[in-house]
Amino acid sequence: MLLIECPWCGPRDEQEFGYGGEAHIVRPADPHALDDAAWGEYLFMRTNRKGAHRERWVHSEGCRRWFNVVRDTVSHEILAVYRVGEAPPAAGRRGE
Amino acid sequence: MSEQPFRLFAGGRVDRERPLDFVWAGRRLQGYAGDTLASALLANGIHLVGRSFKYHRPRGILSAGAEEPNALVQLERGARTQPNLRATQVELYAGLHAEPQNCWPSLELDVGAINGLVSRLLPAGFYYKTFMWPRDGWMVYERFIRRAAGLGRAPSEGPDPDVYDKMHVHCDVLVVGAGPAGLAAALAAGASGARVILADEQSEPGGSLLATRETLDGEPAARWVERALADLGAMDEVRVLPRTTVFGYHDHNYLTLAERVTDHLPPGSAPDRPRQRLWKVRAREVVLATGAHERPMVFAQNDRPGIMLAGAARTYVNRYGVRPADRALVVAADDGAYAAAVDLADVGVEVTVVDVRAQAPACAEQARARSIEVLAGHGVVRTFGGSRVRAAEVAPLDGTGAGWAGGARTLRCDLVAMCGGWNPTVHLFSQSGGRLAWNAERACFVPAEARQRVRVAGAANGTFSLAAALTEGRAGGDAAARAAGFSGGADVALPAAEEGAEPAPTRALWSLPTRPPGGAPAKHFVDFQNDVTANDVALAAREGYRSVEHLKRYTTTGMGTDQGKTSNVNALGILAGLLGREVPEVGTTTFRPPYTPVTFGVLAGRDVGALADPVRTTPMHRWHVAQGARFEDVGQWKRPWYYPRPGESMHDAVSRECLAARNAVALLDASTLGKIEVRGPDAGELLDRIYTNGFKKLPVGRCRYGLMCREDGMVLDDGVSARLADDRFLVHTTTGNAARVLAWLEEWRQTEWPELRVWCDSVTEQWATASLSGPFARRLLGELTRDIDLDPEAFPFMAWRAGTVAGIPARVMRVSFTGEQSYEVSVGAGFGLALWTAIALAGERYGLTPFGTETMHVLRAEKGFIIAGQDTDGTVTPHDLGLGAMVARHKDFIGKRSLARADTLRADRKQLVGLRTDDPREVLPEGGQIVARAGGRPPVPMLGHVTSSYWSANLGHSIALALVKGGHARLGESLVVQLPQRSVPVTVVAPTFLDPDGERMRG
Repeated sequence: MLLIECPWCGPRDEQEFGYGGEAHIVRPADPHALDDAAWGEYLFMRTNRKGAHRERWVHSEGCRRWFNVVRDTVSHEILAVYRVGEAPPAAGRRGE
Repeated sequence: MSEQPFRLFAGGRVDRERPLDFVWAGRRLQGYAGDTLASALLANGIHLVGRSFKYHRPRGILSAGAEEPNALVQLERGARTQPNLRATQVELYAGLHAEPQNCWPSLELDVGAINGLVSRLLPAGFYYKTFMWPRDGWMVYERFIRRAAGLGRAPSEGPDPDVYDKMHVHCDVLVVGAGPAGLAAALAAGASGARVILADEQSEPGGSLLATRETLDGEPAARWVERALADLGAMDEVRVLPRTTVFGYHDHNYLTLAERVTDHLPPGSAPDRPRQRLWKVRAREVVLATGAHERPMVFAQNDRPGIMLAGAARTYVNRYGVRPADRALVVAADDGAYAAAVDLADVGVEVTVVDVRAQAPACAEQARARSIEVLAGHGVVRTFGGSRVRAAEVAPLDGTGAGWAGGARTLRCDLVAMCGGWNPTVHLFSQSGGRLAWNAERACFVPAEARQRVRVAGAANGTFSLAAALTEGRAGGDAAARAAGFSGGADVALPAAEEGAEPAPTRALWSLPTRPPGGAPAKHFVDFQNDVTANDVALAAREGYRSVEHLKRYTTTGMGTDQGKTSNVNALGILAGLLGREVPEVGTTTFRPPYTPVTFGVLAGRDVGALADPVRTTPMHRWHVAQGARFEDVGQWKRPWYYPRPGESMHDAVSRECLAARNAVALLDASTLGKIEVRGPDAGELLDRIYTNGFKKLPVGRCRYGLMCREDGMVLDDGVSARLADDRFLVHTTTGNAARVLAWLEEWRQTEWPELRVWCDSVTEQWATASLSGPFARRLLGELTRDIDLDPEAFPFMAWRAGTVAGIPARVMRVSFTGEQSYEVSVGAGFGLALWTAIALAGERYGLTPFGTETMHVLRAEKGFIIAGQDTDGTVTPHDLGLGAMVARHKDFIGKRSLARADTLRADRKQLVGLRTDDPREVLPEGGQIVARAGGRPPVPMLGHVTSSYWSANLGHSIALALVKGGHARLGESLVVQLPQRSVPVTVVAPTFLDPDGERMRG
């Protein structure tokens, strides 16, 4: 079980959190300007990265806040934690 | 009562002043406090303890610990019975009752041994080869095979009478294993002031020190163990957990431990304590001092009772005071065997040593000094005996070890003690993600690169000498404490250990020659628990199963409850030899938790029965109970299902409630409906983006039914929202979806639109809601309120008003899920019961009838109103539901773009329709599959399924809702609902069965 550092509450067990998939997928400003393929890309396609992966978590059984995590998908090491709206730290770009 | 004929007069850690009676296989026997079931059986001369899994061969006790593959027993009876326990780990207590497993009719006379005679029919992969034809045959074979080749039985009585606990703890250093290295590590870490947990699976700490005659500081090693424990006991931050198996090493140094608190006591004798306790430990640093498991040697008929690991024989002598035999043959590929030979000889056992290495090692001198014959360069050809080994043939090996270099001679023996080398217990290290490396000198895998914050010390690290293990343990404990921010443990004094001779390398002879000189080949067992032989491994390799993972699954090597602790490395070695590769090139299979099996009880802890899940009840619950309501679980809520009167069936009660709601007035507890307050200047904007229809322009005082979709266009939930103020909405959700919808709103609000000034709060439990439905609803409510104008002009359908009902401040909403004239009265939760009681009293003269969820479902289905999650399943769009009119054209919302995807526009999507059965009394089962016509050869195309189905007392016929391919274009079409034994003809109709224009609810 991961130990996740909530940027608002501090380190807590994974079971207090919900997983929200890949981070920084921005909803298109005008979805109707997209063709089916482009909309499908936004809706369904994810990078499934091996290594440093930026992903969303929510502290469901705590402060209920969403935040971002950079996690190594091989070792499960958490490389960084940052709030919504903050730029991903440099570590998050490792392996890109 | 037995005399314990094989018990030594003195020695060992058993208490001869405390004899314990126990029952094994129906026989009353005696052992001593401090025994395991295995040592007590051996003291009584009992070696035959079970039958093997596949061939039902007689099997004995192989080991003295967690790695035991053979001696699996069924412990105790009734609700406390436990299968597959290792006799080598079951501590003896007074009155213990154990039975062997997997033998019928009895241990000595076993009809299943017939399998042994037909064993050529059961080669590697026999499941796959034999039973795959005819196609359905496996169903028949499986029952037979499982019975013939089963393990123990799960308890058939319940519930479990024992209590289990859980602990969640953090520590600086967790030390696993309390042998020499672990004790030294705990002393060093403890001296630094770090919070230390020392967990050990045995009944008392000490590990190998309790099983040898080695000395520390010139005294028996057990003395030092006592001193070390006293020192640890004096450290406030150190906790020692005996009888505690660390069974899982998970991510981020999270480890799971099972403590057997009272398993060593007679069942039920310690009612004030739990039986077992689960420890969930988050450790900053971990030191693994888990020791090593000895490897069996693979030779012909190496599985007879009386053939055991050399270290186990030594343990039974030294720790348990048992003389396991009169004449022993010790088979060595490693120096460890000589210590066993010496210890056996010193308690009067006549010993011969056979060493597969060409040269006897230096330590053989100790054996020769005791007149023990040492045959270097020899191996075991085969063994003889039935329920106990009685002789073995030995012969000189040729240089390669693949054949014999001379004739065999027969040695009489009633014990064969074998030492094929030692496997460091790397299970937890491997579970932690650590990489292993091959140590050629000692022919074993050792920990290499760690992935987590873990160190390994002692035999677990391939450090087999006592002095070195102590030093490494101390260094590991000190380094772990330092890494956790503590210091000062490096100077802890260590005892002086005897210096032994430099050990000779282990010979990696994975299998002795298959064929005896001039004889037919016999079975060389690799995996005792699953009856896998060297031949099976060879067959699998010939058939192309060359990856270890394939080999494991095809032959089932290592797939028993012992997870191959004694077999995996031998199987790898044999495979490597066949493939002409080195062992490390072949690699190992994955080690997975649990290290040894754990009970379901300890994992569940106290979260069973009423504590398995929280129960939520409404403020009116007491009234429902008093009225004899039957309840339905909706999520965690207990909702009244129906209110039977004396003598009424469910059908009668629901029909009566349905008629009352349409013809008089009826009352539903709607408190469980999810309620979310959405507040802020941008509240309307948020709802506009979430719902398919518009909310921004909804006037204060009005309500609107809304649908929300996921981004893929599929309906997520529905419900009515009321505008309480310009900047404040009350959003209702389906009862079971309340938490999900709140999370959905939060997700979008926080991650996509943080600029919106809006906040969401769950208020579900702040309100109690009584919902009145029926033609007399308005008149009844009128008697209870003076300050709310109920005139339909002043208070129209889909409006809400604040006022006083029965003297209680209330919010009243004119919304209807039943299709009747309906008012939902909400008051603060604390007033819920008072409101309800007042309504019930005032309603008496209107024939007010309480109704439950079943009637609610019937009434809403008569109107064709959906229930999200019942009539939808995450694959249904608003258009599929016939609710396309609710999809706004001139704004965007979550999921809108997806509604224009090619797939969501298909005409043959499953769409919501009504079904009428040709026979009006036939009520279809929900989930019933719909096809075009009866009969036909499979595969029959499925058109859809029934989602809701009821008897409608109001209409006098059954009604059903269904999702049907292209359903909207099929109105009037005849289809068939296919049931297991028959088919029911139906007609597709519009999903609204009653009052399609809604005059009743609007009136």
